[in-house]
Amino acid sequence: MGLPLVESALQWNSGILNANRDPKNDDVEFQITRLYSRFHSLDKGENGALSREDFQRIPELAINPLGDRIINAFFPEGEDQVNFRGFMRTLAHFRPVEDNEKSKGHDASEPLNSRNNKLLFAFRLYDLDRDDKISRDELLQVLRMMVGVNISDEQLGSIADRTIQEADTNGDMSISFSEFIKVLEKVDVEQKMSIRFLH
Amino acid sequence: MAVLRRPECLLLTALLLFCWPYSSSALQWDEDLNVELRDADNATAETSLNKQGNQTEHAPATIDTLPIVTWKWHHVEAPYLVALWVLVCWLCKLVFELNHRVTNIFPESGLLILIGFVLGGIVWGADKKATFALQPTTFFYYLLPQIILDAGYCMPNKLFFSNMGAILVYAVIGTCWNAGAVGISLWGCYEGGAMGHLEIGFLQFLLFGSLLSAVDPVAVIAVFEEVHVNEVLFILVFGESLLNDGVTVVLYNVCDAFVSLGAAKINAAEIIKGIISFFVVAFGGALVGVIFAIILCLLTRCTKNIQIIEAGFIFVISYLSYLTAEMLSLSAIMAITFCGVCSQKYINVNMDERSVNTVRYAMKVFANGSETMIFVFLGISAIDPAIWVWNTGFILLTLLFVFVYRIMGVFFLTWFLNKTRLVPVETIEQVIMSYGGLRGGVAYALATVLDPVKIKEKNLMLCTTFLVIYFTVVLQGVTMKPLVKWLKVKRSAQSELKLIEKLNNRTFEHTLCAVEDICGRIGDNWWIRGWNRFEQKWICRYLMKPSARKSQDYLFGVFHQLNLEDAVNYVSEGERRGSLAFMRSEDAASVDFKKKFGTDMSDIMPDIMVNTDFNGLDVSIRESVPSVSLEIHENDTKNLRNNNDVNVHHLLQQHLYKSRKHHRHKYSRSHFSINQSEDEVQEIFQRTMRSRLESFKSAKMGVAPAKKISKHPQKDRQQKMSNGKSLDKSKAHPYGDEDFEFSDGNSASGGEAATYQTPYYYRVAGIVNRAFMPEMDTPPTMRTPPWLSQAETDGSVAPSQRAQRSLPWSPSNIRRLAPLRISNRSTDSFIMADVVKPPENPEDRVA
Repeated sequence: MGLPLVESALQWNSGILNANRDPKNDDVEFQITRLYSRFHSLDKGENGALSREDFQRIPELAINPLGDRIINAFFPEGEDQVNFRGFMRTLAHFRPVEDNEKSKGHDASEPLNSRNNKLLFAFRLYDLDRDDKISRDELLQVLRMMVGVNISDEQLGSIADRTIQEADTNGDMSISFSEFIKVLEKVDVEQKMSIRFLH
Repeated sequence: MAVLRRPECLLLTALLLFCWPYSSSALQWDEDLNVELRDADNATAETSLNKQGNQTEHAPATIDTLPIVTWKWHHVEAPYLVALWVLVCWLCKLVFELNHRVTNIFPESGLLILIGFVLGGIVWGADKKATFALQPTTFFYYLLPQIILDAGYCMPNKLFFSNMGAILVYAVIGTCWNAGAVGISLWGCYEGGAMGHLEIGFLQFLLFGSLLSAVDPVAVIAVFEEVHVNEVLFILVFGESLLNDGVTVVLYNVCDAFVSLGAAKINAAEIIKGIISFFVVAFGGALVGVIFAIILCLLTRCTKNIQIIEAGFIFVISYLSYLTAEMLSLSAIMAITFCGVCSQKYINVNMDERSVNTVRYAMKVFANGSETMIFVFLGISAIDPAIWVWNTGFILLTLLFVFVYRIMGVFFLTWFLNKTRLVPVETIEQVIMSYGGLRGGVAYALATVLDPVKIKEKNLMLCTTFLVIYFTVVLQGVTMKPLVKWLKVKRSAQSELKLIEKLNNRTFEHTLCAVEDICGRIGDNWWIRGWNRFEQKWICRYLMKPSARKSQDYLFGVFHQLNLEDAVNYVSEGERRGSLAFMRSEDAASVDFKKKFGTDMSDIMPDIMVNTDFNGLDVSIRESVPSVSLEIHENDTKNLRNNNDVNVHHLLQQHLYKSRKHHRHKYSRSHFSINQSEDEVQEIFQRTMRSRLESFKSAKMGVAPAKKISKHPQKDRQQKMSNGKSLDKSKAHPYGDEDFEFSDGNSASGGEAATYQTPYYYRVAGIVNRAFMPEMDTPPTMRTPPWLSQAETDGSVAPSQRAQRSLPWSPSNIRRLAPLRISNRSTDSFIMADVVKPPENPEDRVA
C-alpha cells in the first residue's frame, strides 16, 4: 500500500496542492484509501495492475453501451496494464470542480478535472484512432452502440451527418477537439461529468 | 347549482362557475347585480332599465298573450356573470399588454392586482358593499387546479427529480420553519406588548404563521418566468412553491385542528398525531396523484378511436385526482401535481401528436386565464373596508418576520444542502431564492377560510395577509428583475437544441455510470440507471402503447425534432421570399418521407407515421428539408428527379382537393381532421379530381410541360419500360436546371442504384398503372393497390395545407400560379441557390 498510494495522492491532489488543503486532507485520504481497496479487489491477478479482463469482470460494464470504450480510456496507448496511479489519474477526471480551482483560471498545469480535460476524456471516447478528429465513421460506431436496433443504418447515418454538421466549422466533415469544445460550450460539463463522491 | 353536478360540463364549469358563490351570496341580487353589471361593464347599462321586466319574470305564469320575446335575465344570471367577469379580467390583461414598456418594468401579476383595485373601487362606488370577492371554494376548486396541473404537466421532469431532495427540504423543512418562526416570533412580540391588546392566543399565531408560510406557485411562476433565471434556480424556487402549497395546507389544517381542540386538550399524543397526519396527508396526496396518473396513462393507451376527445381525459382525470384527494382529506395540490408530473411522459407518447398539442394549449389557456383572474380578484377582494383593521405593530412585524425568516431559512437550508450538492447553490442565487418568496392566492384563500368564531381577529389577519401579498408580489415582484440584473445571476441560456449536445449528454451519463461501477460505489447515477431500466422494462410496458414504445429512441427523437424545426424554417423562408419552389421539393420530399415510413417502417416508428399521416398539415411539411430529411431516405431522394415532373401535377391535385375536403368537414364535430375519413376522400378524389385536372391543364397550360404532365401517366411509364434508366435520366434534364441540379445533389448522397424502380414514384404520381409493380424490388407490403396509393397520396397531401394558406385559394389563382412555377425558373431561384452549388453548402453535401 505504500508507494503507489502516496504517488497517487499527489496525483489526485494536484488540483488543490497549492491551495490550502487542510480541511480536504482527511477526505482525500479517505477517498484514496477506499479506491485503493477497490483497486485491489478488482485486481484478481494480484500484480498491482489491472488488465482489461479485470475491468471486464465488472458485470455492469458489460451492459453499458460505452463500457468497452471507457475501459480503454483507462489504458494508456499501447499498454494493457494499468497501475493504481494510472487508475487514479483517469478517475480524477470525474472529480467535481471546486470553487477555488475554478477561480484559479489557466495555470501551467491544468488539473485533470478541468472542463477541458473532462471534455477531452469524452472526446477520446469517440476518437478511436487518436488522430484528434472524430470522423463520421467513428461517430457512427458510437451512435450504433447508443441507439436501439429500431433505427436503421440510413437514419443513423443521417443523424451522424447532422451531428457533424452542427460541430464542423471548417468543413472537413469531422469534428476536431477545438470544434468539440466550441459546440459544447453551453453544456454544463462541470456538472455532467462529475461524480459527487469523488471529492 | 344543478349545473355544477353535470359531469360533462366539468371543464367548462371549472372556469365558468368561478364566481357562482358571489352571486348566490348576494341576496338582493336583483338590485345589486344590475348595478354590478352596469359598473363592471358599461355596455350592459340597459340591464337596469329592464329591471321591471326582470321582476315580472317572478310573476305567475299567467299570460294574456303570447310573448314574442321575453327578458330572461334570471335564467342566465349566474353563468352570465361568470362569463362577464372572466371577460373583464382577460380584457384587463389585454389592455396593459398593449403597452410593453409598462410590463417590462412592472410584472404582470402586480399590474393585475392594481387593476383589481380599480375594478373593486368601481364596484364599491356603485354598491357601497363588496359584492364580489374571491371565495375560497372558487379558488380551490375552480381556479387553482388547472394552474397546478399545468405546472406539473409542463414540469421539466429530469430537472425536477434530480433536484428533488433539495426541493423537498425547502418545501417541507423550510415551510415548517417559516410557519413556526413567524408564529412564535409574533407571539413573542405580542407578549412583549408590541401590538397592544389582541384576542389572539399562541395557537392562533401559529395558525396565522402557517397560512403565511407558503410561497405561492402562481406568483412565483408569474414573476420568475419573466425574469429567466437559470434553470436550476428556477426549479428550486418553483418546485418548492409547488410542493409547499400542499405542505402549507396540511400545516394549516393541523394548526386549525389544534385551535379547535383548544390549548387545554393538546398533549403529546395529539402533537404526534399532528406530525403523522402531516406526512400522511402530504404523501398520501402524492400517492393519489400517482394512482390517477397511472389510470390516465392506461386510458390514453386505448383512446385511439376517439382522438377528438382524448385530450379531454387529461383534464377530467387530473381534476378527479384533485377532488379525490380533497375528498380523502389528503393534499389535493400534491395529488394534481404528481398526476401531471408522472403522467406527462407517457401520455405524450400515447396520444396523437395533435392531441398533445391540444392539451398543451388548452392547459395554458386555462392556467393563464385563471391566474389572471386570481390576481385581479386579489385586487378586487381587498376593496372592502370591513376587513381593514389596522394594527401597526402586528402588520409591520408580520411583514418583517415573513421577510427575514424566509432569508434565514433559505440560507440555512442551502448551507446544509450545499454540503452534498454537486454544484452548490451560489450566494447570489440564495438571495434571489429568498427574495422570491412571494405569497399569493393560497395564503389569501386560507385566510378567508378562517373561522371568525374561533379566531376573533380574523379581519386583522386577513388584512395583514393582503398586505403581505401586496408587499411580496408587487414590491418584490417589481424589484426582482433589476435585482437579478444587478446581481448578475446566471440567466438561463436559451440555447438551441443540438444533436451533438444530446449525444454527449448521453455519453456523459454512460461514462459516469461506468466510472461508478469501476469505483464500486453506488452513486446517483446508479440510481438513475436503475430507475431507467425499471422504467424501460415495466412501466413503459404497461403504460405506453406498444407501438409508441418501440419508437422510443431518444436520439432519434431529438433528430426528428430538429428536422421539424429546420423544415419549418425552410418553408417559411421560402414563403417569405415569395418563391413557390419550396413546395415542389417539399412535395416530393414529404411524399417520399411518408411513403417510406408508411410502408416499411410503420411498425417501427409509428409516431412519425402518425405525424405524416394525420398531423400531416404541419408536420410533414417540416419533415421535408431536402438537406436533411430527404437524405434519411436515400432511396427516395434519388427519386426526386423522377418525381419532379409529376410534382406540379400532384401539387395541383393537392390544392384543389384540399379545399374541397376542407369544405366538407368543417361542420363535423367528430371529424376534426380532414384526413380521417379517407374513404370518402378517396371517393371524391377518384371521381372528380382527375377529370377536373385534365381539363384544367389542357385548357390553361397548353404549353409543352403541361402536355407532358397531363400525359405522363401513361406515356412516361411506357417509355421507361422500354428504355430503362437512361431515358429516364434524359427526360429529367429537359425540365430545367433545377432538376438537373437536384439529381446532382442527390447522387452525391448515394449510388445510382435503380432508383426509379421504387414505387414511390408511381404513388406520388397517383398512377393506376399496375404493370410496373412486379418489377420493383420492394417489400411486398409496399405493393399496395393503386386506390390505396391514392389514399396515401392524400395523406401526404395534408401537409401542404399550411403552404396552401399562403397560396391563394381560388382556382383562378392557382391557374395563374401553376404555369409560373413550371415555366419560370427564376421564381425557384431560392431553392436552386441551395442546390446548384452543393460544395458551398455543407448541408447540401450531406444531402
